[in-house]
Amino acid sequence: MGEMEQLRKEAESLKDQITAARKAVADATLPDTVSSTAVVGRVQLKTRKTLRGHLAKIYAMHWATDAKLCVSASQDGKLIVWDTLTTNKVNAIPLKSSWVMTCAYAPSGNMVACGGLDNMCSIYNLKGKDGNVKVMRELAAHTGYLSCCRFLSDSEIITSSGDCTCLLWDIETGTQKTTFAGHLGDCMSLAVPGDFKTFVSGACDFTAKLWDIRDSNCTHTFSGHESDVNAIAFFPNGNAVITGSDDATCKLFDLRSDQELITYQDSSIMCGVTSIAPSLSGRLILAGYDDFNVNIWDSLKAERVGVLAGHDNRVSCIGVSTDGMACCTGSWDSFLPSFSFKGQDNVMRLCKQNKQQYL
Amino acid sequence: MPCLSKVIPSIPHENTSSNFIKWLTRLSGQMERVVVSMQDPDMGVKLRNQRLLITVIPHAMTGNDIVEWLMQKFSVCDEEALHVGNLLVKFGYIYPLKEPRVLTLRPDETPYRFQTPYYWTSTRWPASELDYAIYLAKKNIRKQGELIEHEKESYNMLHKRINHTWDFVVMQAREQLRASKQRRKADRIVLECQEQAYWLVNRPPVSPCTCRWDRTRMTFLAYFMCYLHITLISTHSGFVKYCEQYQPHDPIMQGCLPSNPWITDDAMYWTINSDSVAVPTKLRVERWSFSFVELLSDPMGQRELMAYLEKEFSAENLCFWQACEDLRHGENSKIPSKVDEIYKQFLAPGATRWVNIDSKTMEKTLQGIKQPHRFVLDDAQMHIYFLMKKDSYPRYLRSELYKNLLARAVVPQETKKRYRSSWWNMAFHRRRRCRRSLSRPTSPGTRLLGWRCRARQVPGRSRVLYDVRHCLQAKSRRFLRTPPRRPHRHHACPPPSSSVGTQRSHTLYTGPSPSPWKVTGNE
Repeated sequence: MGEMEQLRKEAESLKDQITAARKAVADATLPDTVSSTAVVGRVQLKTRKTLRGHLAKIYAMHWATDAKLCVSASQDGKLIVWDTLTTNKVNAIPLKSSWVMTCAYAPSGNMVACGGLDNMCSIYNLKGKDGNVKVMRELAAHTGYLSCCRFLSDSEIITSSGDCTCLLWDIETGTQKTTFAGHLGDCMSLAVPGDFKTFVSGACDFTAKLWDIRDSNCTHTFSGHESDVNAIAFFPNGNAVITGSDDATCKLFDLRSDQELITYQDSSIMCGVTSIAPSLSGRLILAGYDDFNVNIWDSLKAERVGVLAGHDNRVSCIGVSTDGMACCTGSWDSFLPSFSFKGQDNVMRLCKQNKQQYL
Repeated sequence: MPCLSKVIPSIPHENTSSNFIKWLTRLSGQMERVVVSMQDPDMGVKLRNQRLLITVIPHAMTGNDIVEWLMQKFSVCDEEALHVGNLLVKFGYIYPLKEPRVLTLRPDETPYRFQTPYYWTSTRWPASELDYAIYLAKKNIRKQGELIEHEKESYNMLHKRINHTWDFVVMQAREQLRASKQRRKADRIVLECQEQAYWLVNRPPVSPCTCRWDRTRMTFLAYFMCYLHITLISTHSGFVKYCEQYQPHDPIMQGCLPSNPWITDDAMYWTINSDSVAVPTKLRVERWSFSFVELLSDPMGQRELMAYLEKEFSAENLCFWQACEDLRHGENSKIPSKVDEIYKQFLAPGATRWVNIDSKTMEKTLQGIKQPHRFVLDDAQMHIYFLMKKDSYPRYLRSELYKNLLARAVVPQETKKRYRSSWWNMAFHRRRRCRRSLSRPTSPGTRLLGWRCRARQVPGRSRVLYDVRHCLQAKSRRFLRTPPRRPHRHHACPPPSSSVGTQRSHTLYTGPSPSPWKVTGNE
């Protein structure tokens, strides 16, 4: 038995040494390869539009593929489709259950989906025959709340839930096709890459998993976070995944070498990340935090290059449009932000309307 | 990255030592297979004689040859081939002739040789201490002072540890030296190079440890760290390259032409980049040359590629690919009929647009078609995709059609923000079109400058709300402030906390309350 104990101790210490080796090599190689790239300089984004109309906390938003429309969900029981350039509301869809936590826009632009504490994913057809927006399907099979949903096409949707599983649904028949089980904690978010063959999910078991849709198995598990993974997104080249967690860090995981490459953290940030989105080239990563700010990170040099401070409450969702032109943030605001005049780019804010200001 | 993963198995998820030993064994096995095929007399790397000082060493190859062979064999780019080649050198399957201590693959005329299987890592791992002692003793006897620092340390340490067999070590060393003197000079040099290379890989300069398990573990960790180092460099440089390539296309980093619609409220950017425009922009056409995926994801790119392929009489490939995409993303109920149609048009013997798929994939696909499902044509689609990527895509990029399009492509003029006259025009048109939903109470300020907005009920349709006040307020604010700076200039700015303060003080409108146009009593 003494030998077994010793072997086990050896194995443990080898494991620690391997982790230390990984970190040492990562820390050593990154500065070298990145030293020749140009410095980004301070990035200042400016509010261009404020989308007002929600009456309660905004929980989620998602851009359409045409980069002009976006959908947002709020706990006042409304799903609003905005024409962001004119700030008009194209559709205001009343929901059966007001406890909505996520929303998604189909790539074709024909449908939107939402779900939340009702454990169901409701799909609405925006291009109905008589112009009314009606519920097309209600997908009910989860035993926990719906934390995120994403369309693969007009006939398939993936949902992640608080019952620790993700499901692939066939929208036509309204039935589930595949179950992706493997997480040990609530699945909090998911992201789908451009080729729609795989997807990643982040969960409260501090890991992120990469799943193959066709084989319905988990091909990679990325650990390294010390707390719940709240937000996840694919790097634009499809070879890496960025995650944001309650431990106040964001991490970049590479899919090919199956390891964590970079951690985006700062000692002055102590609150969790709620949402994350990369810019079109991947050079900038925008992350929304619980301290009401959005930090902009230089993805290669792991430095903070900008802050968007204008929300008066937690930033709950962030999205960069498909052509990279604008970024939209949604928050639990109760006040209207004032416009700012510096900088050169685009931010839109979704905020709760404050009736008092009209008096 | 399908090809590189054929050579390098991914690191196991669970960090147990047995898993890592297994991984290392698998990795060595893969590398050995590669090396064996590299040494194939017909299909392997070109070998030639290499002059080293005054001796001629046979069967040597240049770094360039190795990289090119790997690129061709695995259909990867030169970076990935260099990565694999570097692994082969670091793990001791190939060794450099001129500078034996520098274990990297240089893609130039530097000569390399294959390590003999006797000295492969897998056959003799972990390297025995006795052998190392004999090697060091040989070196010491052959020429005093030839041992370098860490070798001297190891020599002394081994002398202490295996003192009981030291006579045997010295005897063996002498015997081996005598035997080697009887060989031809070229052979002797080759054997010495091989042995030296083996020990450079297996006894890298780490500080000698007391425990044998520690020694093994340190060697393993050294291998692992090299593997990581090489992988990380290649991954990092991949990211840097991607970011740099896409930077001109990233509006947040570099602005966009003619202008950012969010800043100038001018939607011309979207108009000139729409799917059915006659002349595309230069940036858009350049983007198609980044990767095949970019070309296929732009509907205009697909049309251009189709036009090119039709000229080359190989358009059926793209049609087949498009049909497969439609199958994968389409409705479930239509799958059997779609599969049937694809079979009749593309796969059946004697079909009008028969696609050229290899026999194995064809057999598998035809078998799978009997029970059609969404992914049944995946293998065939992948085959055609890679065929187009390797063959048609590079030819299209070199073709006259593409070059002409690139020459004709426009670089739009930057438009400045529109000021007063156009603001009035827009406000005027907005007023004429404004509607208001009856169910929502009128907020003050929607009546502006004394104009009334006519409410029109639109029954049975979704509500469309036009918030004129916001539009006009935003417009007037833009009119009154200074022109914006050009997007590409980055300048130092005050830290966020202070800037928020100053921004608020610069605001001209803090909200609708002090508006002179407010109509009282409405909300």
